[in-house]
Amino acid sequence: MSDETRPGLAAGLACPIPISDYPTVQMSHGGGGRLSQMLIDDMFVAAFDNPVLAQLHDGAILDLAAGRLAFSTDSFVVHPLFFPGGDIGSLAVHGTVNDVAMCGARPIAISAGFIIEEGLPMEDLWRIVQSMRDAADQAGVPVVTGDTKVVDRGKGDGIYINTTGIGVIDDGIEISPRRARPGDLVLLSGAIAAHGIAIMSVREGLEFETTLETDSAALHELTAAMLERAGRNVHVLRDPTRGGVASTLNEIAAQAGVGIRIDEAPIPIDEEVRGACEILGFDPLYVANEGKCIAIVARESADEVLQAMRDQPLGARAAIVGEVVEEHPGKVFLRSRIGGLRVVDMLSGEQLPRIC
Amino acid sequence: MRFVDEYRGGEDASKLLDAIRSSVTRPWVIMELCGGQTHTLIKAGIDRMLPDEITLVHGPGCPVCVTPMRLLDQAIAIARRPEVIFTSFGDMLRVPGSAADLLEVKSEGGDVRIVYSPLDAVKIAEANPDKQVVFFAVGFETTAPANAMAVWRAERAGVENFSVLCSHVLVPPAMEAILGAPDHRVQGFLAAGHVCTVMGYWEYEPIAERHRIPVIVTGFEPLDLIQGTYMAVAALEEGRHEVENQYSRSVTRDGNIAAQKLMTEVFEITDRDWRGIGVIPDSGYALRERFVAFDAGLRFDVADIEAHDSGECIAGKIMQGIERPSACPAFGTRCTPERPLGAPMVSAEGACAAYYQYGRS
Repeated sequence: MSDETRPGLAAGLACPIPISDYPTVQMSHGGGGRLSQMLIDDMFVAAFDNPVLAQLHDGAILDLAAGRLAFSTDSFVVHPLFFPGGDIGSLAVHGTVNDVAMCGARPIAISAGFIIEEGLPMEDLWRIVQSMRDAADQAGVPVVTGDTKVVDRGKGDGIYINTTGIGVIDDGIEISPRRARPGDLVLLSGAIAAHGIAIMSVREGLEFETTLETDSAALHELTAAMLERAGRNVHVLRDPTRGGVASTLNEIAAQAGVGIRIDEAPIPIDEEVRGACEILGFDPLYVANEGKCIAIVARESADEVLQAMRDQPLGARAAIVGEVVEEHPGKVFLRSRIGGLRVVDMLSGEQLPRIC
Repeated sequence: MRFVDEYRGGEDASKLLDAIRSSVTRPWVIMELCGGQTHTLIKAGIDRMLPDEITLVHGPGCPVCVTPMRLLDQAIAIARRPEVIFTSFGDMLRVPGSAADLLEVKSEGGDVRIVYSPLDAVKIAEANPDKQVVFFAVGFETTAPANAMAVWRAERAGVENFSVLCSHVLVPPAMEAILGAPDHRVQGFLAAGHVCTVMGYWEYEPIAERHRIPVIVTGFEPLDLIQGTYMAVAALEEGRHEVENQYSRSVTRDGNIAAQKLMTEVFEITDRDWRGIGVIPDSGYALRERFVAFDAGLRFDVADIEAHDSGECIAGKIMQGIERPSACPAFGTRCTPERPLGAPMVSAEGACAAYYQYGRS
C-alpha cells in the first residue's frame, strides 16, 4: 500500500477517522458493521500495514521453519493511558515482545486485541495505535492479526489491550527457571524501578525536580546478543515487571529449588528514582520494570555475557548482582550496603505509601 | 545520593560496630522508639551485627499500630457512607478493623483514596463541594503539624465539607508508660529523630533524669542507628543518663517552634487509647473547641462504635518491648501479612511486619 492510499499516515500524525464525524469511539465501531470496518481498515490495517495482516483473514498465516516455538500473552490495563516515556500502546508491544524474548526466542509476530470503552477520544486511540506501530516497527516484530471490541461507557478504563506473541527458539538455547543451579551468577541489565515510579508519579500527581520516565523497551535484541555469546550457558531469562526484581528472584528460587543471594551495592538505580522511592517509603526491589532483564548464567560465561549486555544500548549499565547458592532453597537473601544479611520476601500485596 | 549514601557506608558501619564491641562489658536492653527505626535495623541486618550483649527491643512508635480498633471501625463506618470521600495515608488501608479493612471498603464501592498530604484532602474537598471529605488524622508528633495545618486552612478557607477523624498520640507519655510497667526491661532509649525534629528533645530531659535512663535522639539511616546504639552503650557503660542528640543534622533542643505553635492552636492534650496497650492519660491530641466542627467523629455520629482486639494478638506486649514478634505463637502461622491478627503485621512500620518480611523467625 503506498502512502497515498494510506489514509492518515500520508498526512503525518492526523487521525484517519474524520474527527468531525466521530470525535469519540462509538458502540457501533465494535458492532461488526460499516463503522467497525472503517475503524479496522482506516486505523488498524493502515497503521500496522504488513503483508500478513493485509490478507484480512480470520487469523494470520505464518511461514515457519521447523523447531520450537515460544508463545506468550499479556493484557495491559494501565492507568493513565499516557505516561512519561510511553503509553499503553508501546507498553503492550514491549511487554509481549519481552515475554517471548525471555523464553530465549526471537519474536516473529504479535497479535493485538483491543477492548475500547465507548467514548474514548478517537484522537487518543489514534495516538495509542501509532505508538504501537512505532514500537512494533522499531522492534521489527509485525502485528499480524487483531480484534476490536467496544464496551459500554463506564465498563472499561478507556482501553485495554491484549497482545500475544510468538517466537522461534534456535537450536542450542535452553531457557527455563528450573535451570538455575548453585554457582550460577545473577545479572541485571540496568537501572531498576523506573517504570513503577513513572506511573506512580503521574497517577498520583507527584512532582519531582525531573520528569521520571518509564524504562519500557523491547529487550529481544539484548537477549539475542547474550544468547549468541553464551548459548546454553544462559540458564534463565526473566523480565522483572510487576513485583519487581524481588518477586522475580523469589519465583526463580522457588521454581528451581535453589537459594539466591544478591548484593545491594551493585544493583543499578537512577538517583531520581531512588529519591522518589525514599520519599514514598518504597523498596525499589519491588517496583515494576518494563525494560529490564534478569539473567542467570553459568559462572564461567558470566563475564562474556555481561560484556555482550554492555555492548547493547539497553544493557549499558548491566551488572552482576548476585549468585545462586545451595543454602536456603526457595529463598532470596540480600547483603545490605553495610554488610547485614536479610531475607527478600515476596510482597503480600501492593506497596502502599507510608505515613511518615 | 547525597544525604543518604553518607549514612549507609559499609566502612563507617564496621568502624562503629567495632567501637560498640570494644566498649560493651555487660548485657544492655535498648529500645528504639520508632517503627521506622525498627525497619531500618532489621532491613539492614544491624540486629545481627551487634554484639550479643546488646538486646534491641522495639517500641510503640508505629502510628498505624497504636491506632485503636475502635477508631478503625469508625473510619470504616464513615468510609462506607455514599456521600463520603475517605482519604488516608496508604499504610492505614490494610490495617484490620474488627470485620474489614479500608481496602475492602474500597472494593465494595466506597470512595477511599490515598493521599500524600492532608492538604491534598482539603483540595479534594474544595473540588467536590457536594461530597463530604474525611481525612484519617493519625500519627505521632511527626504528622500532627501537617494535619493541624489542614484543619486550620479548611477553617480559614471555609471548606465546610472537610473533616478529620483524629487520633494523634504523643511519645513522652508512652515512654513514661513503658517505664512504669512492672515487667519492663528497657535500660536505654533511641528516641525518634523525626518526632524530635518537630518537638525538640527538652521534653525527654525530665524523663531521663527521673528514671535514670539515657535517651539518644537518633535518625533513621543504618549509620544513624549504629551510632545511636554506640552512644547509648557508652552512656550505659559510663553510668550517664542524659538526653543526647545523634540526629543533630535535623534536630535542635527546641524543635520547630512554628509547627508547635500551630499544633497548640489546633489541638489540645487528651487521654488516648493505644491499641494493645490501653488508655494512657494525656497521651494524645484532640481538636480544640474552636475546630470541633471539623471532627468527623461527631459529624458522622460514630462515637458510639466500640470494638475490641482479638485476644490472641500480643501487639501490646511487642510495642512495649516485653515480647519479640517471633515469640508470638501466632507469628507467621495464624498471623501473616495476608491474614493479620494485628496492625504490626501489616504496617510499614510494624515490628511484626519487619520480622516477617526480612525473615526473622
